[in-house]
Amino acid sequence: MVMNEPEQTRRTGTPLVKRGMADMLKGGVIMDVVTAEQAKIAEDAGAVAVMALERVPSDIRRDGGVARMSDPALIEAIKAAVTIPVMAKARIGHIAEAQVLEALGVDYIDESEVLTPADEVHHIDKHHFTVPFVCGATNLGEALRRISEGAAMIRSKGEAGTGDIKEAVRHIRSITSDIKRITVADSAEIFNWAKTLQAPVGLVEELAATGKLPVPLFCAGGIATPSDASLVMQLGAEAVFVGSGIFKSSDPVRFGRAIVEATTHFKDPSIIAKVSRGLGDAMRGQDASTVETRLAERGW
Amino acid sequence: MGASTQVPDFKVGILALQGAVREHVGVFSRLGVEAVAVTDQATLEAVDALVLPGGESTAISRLLETSGLLEPVRRRVKDKIPTFGTCAGMILLARSVSDGRPDQHQLDGIDIDVRRNAFGRQVDSFETDLVVDGLPSDSRTRIAGPAAEAFHAVFIRAPLVERVGPGVEVLATVEGTDGERRAVLCREGSCLVSAFHPELSGDLRLHEMFLESAFASHVKVPAATASRSKQ
Repeated sequence: MVMNEPEQTRRTGTPLVKRGMADMLKGGVIMDVVTAEQAKIAEDAGAVAVMALERVPSDIRRDGGVARMSDPALIEAIKAAVTIPVMAKARIGHIAEAQVLEALGVDYIDESEVLTPADEVHHIDKHHFTVPFVCGATNLGEALRRISEGAAMIRSKGEAGTGDIKEAVRHIRSITSDIKRITVADSAEIFNWAKTLQAPVGLVEELAATGKLPVPLFCAGGIATPSDASLVMQLGAEAVFVGSGIFKSSDPVRFGRAIVEATTHFKDPSIIAKVSRGLGDAMRGQDASTVETRLAERGW
Repeated sequence: MGASTQVPDFKVGILALQGAVREHVGVFSRLGVEAVAVTDQATLEAVDALVLPGGESTAISRLLETSGLLEPVRRRVKDKIPTFGTCAGMILLARSVSDGRPDQHQLDGIDIDVRRNAFGRQVDSFETDLVVDGLPSDSRTRIAGPAAEAFHAVFIRAPLVERVGPGVEVLATVEGTDGERRAVLCREGSCLVSAFHPELSGDLRLHEMFLESAFASHVKVPAATASRSKQ
């Protein structure tokens, strides 16, 4: 017999509910899309979520100017087109854009360096929101500062819009290698780590005990091929964001599917080879060392 | 009562195409039971029980197909391997799904119909305490304090059960958006499904309940036998 007692008051927007949502995306691919049609292609390809935006990062780079939150009409059209979660970007520190995105019912907000920052000192206090946030990080200190502000997912930044994987590799390696060093630090060293990283000592202590970030660690910024996805997963990423890499390739449908399969089977080179064979041209890209604006430097 | 010592070499497979795999592995490891990630058919055939974790059901469905695991998993579920599906896993194991994709595959492991994202979007995701019928009551893993009688449940863009077949036991319900009480934890034979995420809340009792019944069927019929009789 089932006891039909009503459950206690439901709690929304708790840290567990926010991080749990990120946990459900692990092993998956989150794809940047600029139209409802692209969102459908992404869902068909097996994306676990889409990032709704007006321009992919490579176009933002090319066009210049101020990059802002997308038009709500575009976000709504993309929400209506797919059944998977929809994310959208707010400018760093732009509380009002984040409030608008929450009101639109997006499933995750990316407080993103890809857009032009609104505040060069402060990030958004993300604890005040019901919707969860993902933030970029280039190193462990930045990751822990974003987590202390309430980010429920961290993505290594890489250099968005370049299709060059080296910055993503630099950032993910920087984060994971410092985590490893902290796990063997003694209690006195923990305080110094907190000072060096400019991060709360409580979070550093937690890291030392668990050997992992308290939220999922994903990778973004430069993934353009199935092998790129496999590489960053092998380096410790738990899922990947692909921005320009899908829809700036010669065959977005095949690239999307191939990167999804490669992310799942990242340990199996025979599968990476199979999905890469005859795939066509990856996005042309640009050596990340030569870009005029280094997006990864945005964030404090 | 420890779940660990009942069947030696018992191995649980977690379908590891996408989603919260590590969390389930962690729960079984705390219960002293080996859990392995399943991404290929050889590993699938070697496990004694199967967990379909939370994640995106449309992505997992697509990956079942591209990984060549759809028919092998379907066959093992049909042969009554003890199976536990959480959230996306529940959606995949259901007979039919609404608000899904038309090309989404159903494993038909339990006679229920479910609705995807039945509570709304992520801002409507929630945690709550559920009254669950038949939880292990004398477990050493039981949590202490006022919450001990309830199961703490995390619902993330969760599905709801809209139709329950005659052979299906309903073990817990919550109120849906329409005000009706809807099933969120169901069992039929070897198949247990939850709309919520027991692997996230730190309460091991549902996994323990699953293992107890899996061990019981394991003792009755050896793993080598292809077709297991219904418990």
